[in-house]
Amino acid sequence: MTDDPRRTELQRTALHDLHLSLGARMVPFAGWEMPVQYPMGVMAEHLHTRAHAGLFDVSHMGQVLVTPRDGQMETAALALESLIPADVLGLAPGRQRYGLFTNPQGGILDDLMFANRGDHFLLVVNAACAHQDIAHLQGLDEVTVTPVTDRGLLALQGPQAADVLARLVPAAADMRFMDSRILDWNGIELWVSRSGYTGEDGFEISVPVADLRRFAQALLDQPEVAAIGLGARDSLRLEAGMPLYGHDMDKDVTPAQAALQWSIPKARRTGGARAGGFPGADAILAELADGAAVVRRGLRPEGRAPIREGVAIFAGAEGGEAIGHVSSGGFGPSVGAPVAMARLPAGLPDGATVHAELRGKRIPVAITPLPFITPSYKR
Amino acid sequence: MLKYTEDHEWLRAEGDEIVVGITAHASEQLGDVVFVELPEEGREVSAGDEVVVIESVKAASDIAAPVAGVITAVNSALADTPGSVNDDPQAAWFFRIKPADPKAIEGFMDDAAYQALIG
Repeated sequence: MTDDPRRTELQRTALHDLHLSLGARMVPFAGWEMPVQYPMGVMAEHLHTRAHAGLFDVSHMGQVLVTPRDGQMETAALALESLIPADVLGLAPGRQRYGLFTNPQGGILDDLMFANRGDHFLLVVNAACAHQDIAHLQGLDEVTVTPVTDRGLLALQGPQAADVLARLVPAAADMRFMDSRILDWNGIELWVSRSGYTGEDGFEISVPVADLRRFAQALLDQPEVAAIGLGARDSLRLEAGMPLYGHDMDKDVTPAQAALQWSIPKARRTGGARAGGFPGADAILAELADGAAVVRRGLRPEGRAPIREGVAIFAGAEGGEAIGHVSSGGFGPSVGAPVAMARLPAGLPDGATVHAELRGKRIPVAITPLPFITPSYKR
Repeated sequence: MLKYTEDHEWLRAEGDEIVVGITAHASEQLGDVVFVELPEEGREVSAGDEVVVIESVKAASDIAAPVAGVITAVNSALADTPGSVNDDPQAAWFFRIKPADPKAIEGFMDDAAYQALIG
């Protein structure tokens, strides 16, 4: 692996040495060298996060500041609404929302979090899409777009995350789900949001690169906290029913097909106060009204064999054409069974049986409501 | 005495049969095993036939028959406790095979050669 010439081109986070010292197995991911697992292993890391608190290095994700040129937040909000079918204008200071960048065909360019920070917005976007997203934002005349290059990003997730963070940063205890605040740790400015990608209560914490290792170590020194790799991050988000960009959605998948219509509020839909006005609005809004032909669903295969990305799904136990393909799938350690997602023809009821073709055999698969686990956000 | 294949299987001669499992090195590389699919007892196989599917949290992999012969027994307990492949790979055997050539096991690596392979 060390002979792979591509590795020399990979970016490293400020925690690279810490990952190595913890015995992480590093892998290339979206142009970064990231820990996929630590010696604890994916299964134990996953279960630790659901029971205690897991610390994830997500410094590969893009952090971007969007500031109105005229100083008016309304200007920046409306500019962002021209790219994102969400209610940006109605987002109160100190609050965060989930949204989508869409393209003129109605597909999804990326998904993101955006927070109102009083005089600007803070966006967090996927690593693989960050360059494209920044260029996309720079097309807006009304705002300045500043990629945040001097900060890393941590996620602290799990039922004990709040107790742990409050020990270091007492003010974190007062935050609610999707709050976004600037908090102090020993004179260091932390950008904290109460959110995550695991289905657990927790925080995402932006830290200056120079202080990232010290802060991460302070968290790891707490008895509840273990370092968790990308492997468990994927199984945690899969159980939580959260789509992963590039797998469960992409530029050819619409918000309704990805079952993300909840992120498009009434105000942006047909008849709303600020209906449309974003790329692909005609197609996206028509589909929201009429219903999508295919929709992302949860799947539980019979038995213990995981059905992974690309596995074909059929209506019947034999014959017929594939009705879809698994977009994400694997073993759900907390569910104790394999779980998966796929876009399937609309109208299949929960509990309906379809079939996955695995190694030439058709396995019965139950269509299952998402998420597979009950989330525990602090609303 | 155990013998080893280049595919990280361990082989143990018992009477006129060979017991087959995977090495600790292989189980570490695979990660947490969540599913094992075993061959049918009585199946006649050629060397290199894929006879076992192992699914870990990361990926699916196969175990090949190390020699030609007949599968005489499988460890069906692995269906319910696939994690035992990680917990004790030396004890978690997959299948027994009666080789067509009784001396087939002799050509495989000994412990020293296998340790040199995985370095």
